[in-house]
Amino acid sequence: MSRLAEGATDLRAPATGTAAMPEATAAVAVRATLRFFASELRVTFFRRRNQLLLLVAALFPLVIGIGLKAADPHGGGGGRGPGASGAAYFSQLAGNGVFLTFVALSLLLILVLPVVVGVVAGDSIAGEAGYGTLRYLLAVPAGRTRLLAVKYATIVVWSVTATFVVSVIALLPGVVLFGAGPVTLLSGTTVSLADGLLHVLWVTLYVCAAMAAFGAIALAISTFTEHAIGAIAASLIIVVASEVIENVPQFAPVNPYLPTNWWLDFDSLLRTPVDTTTLWHGLLSFAVYAVLFVSIAWARFTSADVTS
Amino acid sequence: MTMTPDGHSAELAIASSALTKRFRGGQVAVDHVDLAVPRGSVYGFLGPNGSGKTTTIRMLLGLAYPTSGTARVLGVPMPEGTTRVLSRVGSLVEGPAFYPYLSGWDNLVRYDAADASAPGKTAKARISEAMERVGLLAAAGKKFRNYSLGMKQRLAIASALLVPRDLIVLDEPTNGLDPQGTREVRTLVRQIAADGITVFVSSHLLAEVEQVSTHVGVMRLGRLVFQGELTALRRTAAPRVAVRTADTATAAEVLAKLGLAGPQAGADLVTAELGDIAPEKITAELVHAGVGVRALTVEAPSLEDLFVGLTGEGFDVEAG
Ligand SMILES: Nc1ncnc2c1ncn2[C@@H]1O[C@H](COP(=O)(O)OP(=O)(O)O)[C@@H](O)[C@H]1O
Ligand SMILES: [Mg+2]
Repeated sequence: MSRLAEGATDLRAPATGTAAMPEATAAVAVRATLRFFASELRVTFFRRRNQLLLLVAALFPLVIGIGLKAADPHGGGGGRGPGASGAAYFSQLAGNGVFLTFVALSLLLILVLPVVVGVVAGDSIAGEAGYGTLRYLLAVPAGRTRLLAVKYATIVVWSVTATFVVSVIALLPGVVLFGAGPVTLLSGTTVSLADGLLHVLWVTLYVCAAMAAFGAIALAISTFTEHAIGAIAASLIIVVASEVIENVPQFAPVNPYLPTNWWLDFDSLLRTPVDTTTLWHGLLSFAVYAVLFVSIAWARFTSADVTS
Repeated sequence: MTMTPDGHSAELAIASSALTKRFRGGQVAVDHVDLAVPRGSVYGFLGPNGSGKTTTIRMLLGLAYPTSGTARVLGVPMPEGTTRVLSRVGSLVEGPAFYPYLSGWDNLVRYDAADASAPGKTAKARISEAMERVGLLAAAGKKFRNYSLGMKQRLAIASALLVPRDLIVLDEPTNGLDPQGTREVRTLVRQIAADGITVFVSSHLLAEVEQVSTHVGVMRLGRLVFQGELTALRRTAAPRVAVRTADTATAAEVLAKLGLAGPQAGADLVTAELGDIAPEKITAELVHAGVGVRALTVEAPSLEDLFVGLTGEGFDVEAG
């Protein structure tokens, strides 16, 4: 405060105002939005809580790999692991460590990945509202649609990061513990290791899409409350409820419409030739969920009073 | 004066017309408020807690949508013009709010990055200057959660000064500050105003804005009960004559006969507005009528009395 008296600098906005900037306004706007996006990414990825989430997500594949190896050091092909899910890649793990990626993804998709994504996505708007920073961002002005776009873009980057952390980290103990080499796919065909890794990439991208769609659901919920914890919990309840309904035979007719129904349907990517029907169904489901819930988030966020 | 199509003057930094906010549940927080904040003024927006100041400010900043009525900020209709005009408006709404897990500096970087019109190249220099201005540069690297209340308030003011502004809106900027902090904020307001920036500052305490304001608006139960220059408010402070006597009935008669307005009688006291009658004339008339005068005084109500008169005494009034 000591310098108050000498404040001779003119703080007034230039008389022309900031609005008039005819040349390359679009480029300027894009650059400004990228700067905002970069700031959002920084805040998200440097936040201790979020780093901890990624760390936990990374630990799971290690633990799963070690656990499976310890339970069956010789890796007989007799359907090890949680046979309830019936995933064939558990038995394939014995032959090739690459399959630990699929094992890890399928196990973590049940709850761990949704938690990692749901915490960040559920917190995205509700957390800002809770801190009161939402009113300042809007008064800056960040723009409601622009803020929402940056938030969802960040959620997508976050979902992709979390999924890749799981599959890449899983490769390490997979290869170390179970060995690497030509990969025998579920259909019995054997492909080169490089080809096998390509299958890993496809599967990972499929799961990324699933998580990005789920992120849209959590984002939408986040626009309805000032309580981040509530939004996170609600989004996870949706996951669990959907998974429970999936397992009740009487509800079979609604299964294709459940948000979690297609998450694990990346089996076909592990066969040759790849049966794309299921994949496209899954991707269509993700796209519909993403568009629907981003729209809900937008409708809500651009019309609601910010009274936090 | 040039007028916009909907009748607002272009010379006003803030203009509203019948601005109304009814919350779900039916409560009318802001009731037909017609604000007229001249450019270059320091406008004290007064009213007790719950009188609708923050809700009004939220509508002016496009945070809340009016139920009815219109508002213009720097000539631009709100909330439609939010993204166009707000980059020229610095604001502090209902207390400072920042990310507790970021440092003061990183918090300002964050808000600055959200501003589409703020050039990223100059961000460092501008943030540094804003922090220096509020005396926080030394604590720039400290986590926000470790800031004292006064530091938090100053950081909020710094964020309002990140880019050149035409209007600064400060909602209760001295809330919770010690007298020292209050004075610092007042100095800052004076200095901002000296740069020609319009300042709209709300408070529930008249004393906090009285010294810096050129204009005041007074809210009560969501309504704007007074608006004008501070000197105009002072002029409404009509002096009253108070006669202490056992014979209040006769005394009241005498005052009425002299044409004094607003008579009030207590147990042993009669008061009325003095108007332009000389006090000695009243004394003479009272004595002439045989009233035993124990004391006769002339009192001008303080600005504070006027304020309380306009807004009511306190909480129970608001409940009604
Ligand atoms: N989100 C809301 N929902 C319902 N009522 C509200 C809300 N926000 C404020 N109010 C009510 O509106 C009135 C005005 O509040 P406010 O504008 O915060 O007053 P001030 O800033 O003058 O203290 C209060 O009675 C308050 O309880
Ligand atoms: Mg308030």
